[in-house]
Order: sequence, then structure tokens, then C-alpha cells
Amino acid sequence: MSQHTKEVFYGLYNDEEDLIHAIEEANAQHLDIMDVYTPFPVHGLEKVMHLEESRLHIAGFVFGSLGFFTAFGFMTWVFTRDWPIIFGGKPYWSVPAFIPITFELTVLFAAIGMVVSFYTVCGLGPGVTNPVLDDRITDDKFCIAFETANADLNALKAFFAKTGAGEVHTKTI
Amino acid sequence: MHAPVAPVREPLIEGHKSYHNITEDLCAPTEKAPSLAWIIAFIVSVGTMTFGLFCLAWTVWFGIGSWNLNRTIGWGYDITNFVWWIGIGHAGTLISAVLLLFRQKWRTGVNRAAEAMTIFAVICAGLFPATHTGRPWFDFFMFPYPNTRGPLWVNFNSPLLWDLFAISTYFTVSLLFWYTGLVPDFATVRDRAVGFRKKMYNVLSFGWTGSAKHWQRWEALSLVLAGLATPLVLSVHTIVSFDFATSVIPGWHTTIFPPYFVAGAIFSGFAMVQTLMIITRKILNLQQYITINHIESMNKVILLTGTIVGVAYLTELFIAWYSGYLYEQFAFFNRATGIYWWAYFGMMACNVLSPQIFWVKKYRRSIYIAFLMSIFVNIGMWFERFVIIATTLARDYLPSSWSYYTPTWVEIGIYLGTLGIFFTLYLLFTRLAPVVAVAEVKHILKSAGDQYIGERTKGSQGSEAIHESAH
Repeated sequence: MSQHTKEVFYGLYNDEEDLIHAIEEANAQHLDIMDVYTPFPVHGLEKVMHLEESRLHIAGFVFGSLGFFTAFGFMTWVFTRDWPIIFGGKPYWSVPAFIPITFELTVLFAAIGMVVSFYTVCGLGPGVTNPVLDDRITDDKFCIAFETANADLNALKAFFAKTGAGEVHTKTI
Repeated sequence: MHAPVAPVREPLIEGHKSYHNITEDLCAPTEKAPSLAWIIAFIVSVGTMTFGLFCLAWTVWFGIGSWNLNRTIGWGYDITNFVWWIGIGHAGTLISAVLLLFRQKWRTGVNRAAEAMTIFAVICAGLFPATHTGRPWFDFFMFPYPNTRGPLWVNFNSPLLWDLFAISTYFTVSLLFWYTGLVPDFATVRDRAVGFRKKMYNVLSFGWTGSAKHWQRWEALSLVLAGLATPLVLSVHTIVSFDFATSVIPGWHTTIFPPYFVAGAIFSGFAMVQTLMIITRKILNLQQYITINHIESMNKVILLTGTIVGVAYLTELFIAWYSGYLYEQFAFFNRATGIYWWAYFGMMACNVLSPQIFWVKKYRRSIYIAFLMSIFVNIGMWFERFVIIATTLARDYLPSSWSYYTPTWVEIGIYLGTLGIFFTLYLLFTRLAPVVAVAEVKHILKSAGDQYIGERTKGSQGSEAIHESAH
């Protein structure tokens, strides 16, 4: 996805607890972490990396509301304006009978909207190929990556050595 | 380094696995050549599926007259099978969504396969309403699209239309939930693959990198989708039960139907998960990930929901008697002692009596009994739907139009065909994707792996070294 190539210096850890301690250390040394990659969601990362809470649930609410009003509004329009029909002697605007479809479309819109939002904000999707720093990141390695462009390589090396990174590599992506 | 886990916890991952072991073990089935057992099962499934598709084509060509439905009994195998398959689908959502909300760690061993099962079961279920209309090429009439006939809209007040919306939504949401869970695991397979498989999994994995922010959003998405899927799954079988409950047929027109159908759906779904998982863990060698503890947990759910269903059966009988309504009383008397008494007996024996064996821990933890019981429950729940549908319709208000129903070979063929479709899709799934959620199992390793569980003998001492893992 990135337009420019950049050189990345990264270290691989063998355990998520080492990773968290390393990030704390990086924060203490004011190192500018590019990104952290893990094979599974590591709880506690959001705290040390100061990640804000995801706002996806807001998207879910907005899309769900859209589904709610679409379904309820459409059925209301059909049965009171466009083509009113009496079913079983009930009023045209028979609200209880609209509940099931309104509920289903609320859920449908919220789910599709959230999933599409998720892939869009993450820059993921069919046909997307993102550079992979190391094939073992999706297996059992925990990775901290720095951009080399404006970093002090010796300081980074010292940092990785101090925090117990198993391996360090440089890669241009 | 980390707090040992309380010894009261049963391990959910056995064999002192490391993260790398988990990757190796769970990706292996997608990387090795298929075993002989898989090939034989696949040939049988495809054969059955082909026969089913032939019977479907026969139905479309010659019309619904090739089924044995008649003026009195308008729903037979078709809707019985539809409700049965939809019910089976429910366990997948229950495991992936409800157990996620309840933070039940054992779900990680079985959720992936159960969700796949949901999707395949809904595909099988959908075939029946689509073809039982008789002219399936007019099925698009069911959708409210702007048409040249007015436009004349569909009846939004009809439970049958609610059903269409419920099942379409259910299928879509289940598919999205399942696929989003699969993306990181496809990335794991991608990073191990070479050549064509690498390209294929590169497309399937959507460019997943494992970035911390992506994981955070992924977890947020999973949680909200679980929150949406939970009421959704309850609504789906509620609406299926409305197909019956909103009618004026004695035996159908009951307010107990929604909870009773939902409990029955979970019950049959767990039985099908159990059947599949017991075979899968054996054939794919996953006994250390789908452990006897998982099987026991599922057996507990089967016992609970089976008992709920049993209470519902008895409540129906009591209410029929207590209502003082002659037709209702006859409907239930007829179910138990009428022409289809054997179906009612099969239902009661398989659904209510046989699961009671699971009160005994030894039987809950026996693989053979669990497997046998899962088959019993599947049969029993099929009978339940048959009892509700065919038995009730066979004896309606007018004795002169009383009738009997036996399926033709075409109807039986379509039913077998859906089993073929289901197992064909499932077998393909075991080859293409990790059957157990790799990332999620890694996530629980340090709280459920056997090497991290405290010594059991120290259990009741309340030793200071033992505390719950922080989650």
C-alpha cells in the first residue's frame, strides 16, 4: 500500500511479556516505534502503546440506526402511502408486525457497515498485499519495528540487546 | 514470569505446546496431502450431493407432484428438513458469539468449525423453502424490489417473509463473522506457504500483517459482532417458530414456540458440532486442542438444552389439557398415540430421556457415548420437527380430509443430498482453512495450556502461588 519504500529495522521477541517490557523501555528512551506486530491479540499492548479505544462500535451504531430507519420507514411508506392493504383486519400501520424485519435489517446494516469500516480503516481487503517483515510474525514471533530514516541505529541496537530481542534485522519495504 | 492458573481449571490445550507447535499442528491439515479417510468421505459426500441435486432437478422438472404432499399435508419433508438444518446452524453462532460474550475459553477449540457448520447448514436449509414453492424460478418475487406490477410489494406482515429476512441476515452476518476470524489465520498459512498456495492465501488473507492496531480493531469488531449475533440467533429461530405459531392450527398456535424452538435449535446444533468435532479431532489429529474437556462442556450444554426441550414438551401437554380446548387436546393426544406415535416416541426417547445420561460425569467424558448421543439427538430433533409438522397436519379439523404422508424417493433423495452438500463443504473447509482458530488458541495458551495450570493436588490449600490469570 505504501508509495515509497522505507527501510525498517526490527527486532523479534519470543514472548509477549518480553515484548511489553520492551515497549515500556522504548517509551522510557523516547524511541519512535513504527509499529508492533504480533501473531495474536496481546492484551496490555493498547496500554503501553497508548492506543485509543477503537471507534468501530460508533460505526456499528450509525449503520444500525440507518438499517432501523430504512426498514421501518420503508414498510411504513409501503403500507400507509404507496399501497395500503388490510391484512387480517389490522390497521395499515401495524407496528408490531414491522418489528422482526426492522430488527433484522438493523443487525444486517450494522454488521456489514462495521465489517466494511474495519477493512477500510485497516487498509485491508481483497487484492491488498501488504509487505510482510518476517514470515514468523504470524507464527510465534513478536516484532517491534522502527523506521531507520531518522533514527540512531546504534541506540536501537542497544535497545534490542537490552530488552532481549532474539533477532534483529533490517528490511526495505 | 506469569501467574500460574488456578488448578481448578481444566487444561484446554494439552501436550505442553509452544506457539510454534500450535501453528504447526493446526496448519498441518491444510498442507498435507489428504488422508485416505478424507478421500473416501469426500467421494461419498460428493456422490450423495450429486444424487440430491438430481432429485432437486427432478422436482423442478416434474413439479412438486413428485413429492407426496397432498391437500391435507402441505408441508412434509421439505419444511421438516428446513427447520432441522436451521436449528443445527444455531450452535455455531451460539459458540462463537454467546460464549465469546461469556468469556468461555473452551469456545476457541471448536468455534471455527462450528461457525463453518452454521454457514453450510444455512445453505442446506435455504434450499427447502426455495424449492418448496414449486416454481423456484419465481423466488425473486419474495424480495421487495420495485416491479412493474404496481409496484406491488410483498407482505411485510407475514412470518414467512420475516423468515426470508431473518435467514438472509443470519447467513450474511455469520459469513462476515466467520471470515473476519479467518483472516489472521489465512495470513499464518500464507506465511508458511510457497508458490500457488502462497498466492491463493495472499488473496484470502486480505493483506493481514498482525499490526497491533489492527488486532485491537479486530477484537473490537469481534466483540460487537458477537453482541449483534447473539440477539440475531435468538431472533432467527423465534421467527422460524412464528411460521407455525402465528397460524390457527391446533398444536402450532402456541406462545411457547419461540423459546422452545430456540432451545431445540441449540440442542440439535450442539449435537451436530459434537458429531463433527469427534470425527474431526480424530482424523486431523487434533485431540490436544479439542480435548475431552471441550466434549464434556458441550455435553453439559446438550443436557441443559435437552432438558429445557423436555420441559417444553410437558408444558405443551399440560397447557393443552388445562386449556379445555378440545382441538388442542386432540392434537396432542394424536401426537402421542395417533398414526405417527412412533415419531413422538422417537422424539421423547432421543431428546428428553437419553441426554439424562449426562448427569453422570463418567458418561459425559466418554467419547463413544458422546458420539452415540450426538447421533441420537440429531435423530430426535429431526423427529421433533416431523411431529410438529406432519402429525399435526395429518389430522385437521375435518375427519373426512384426514390423511397420511410418506415421502417419495425424490424427497428422501433431496434430504440425503443436503447431507451430501453439508459434508462436501465441510470436508473442503478442513483442507482449505485451519479447523481450529490458530490465533485464538495462542491467545488462551498461557491461561489454558496444561503446562501453565497449577498443580491439581494443591487445589484446596489456597496456596499463595495460585491465583486466577489476569483477564
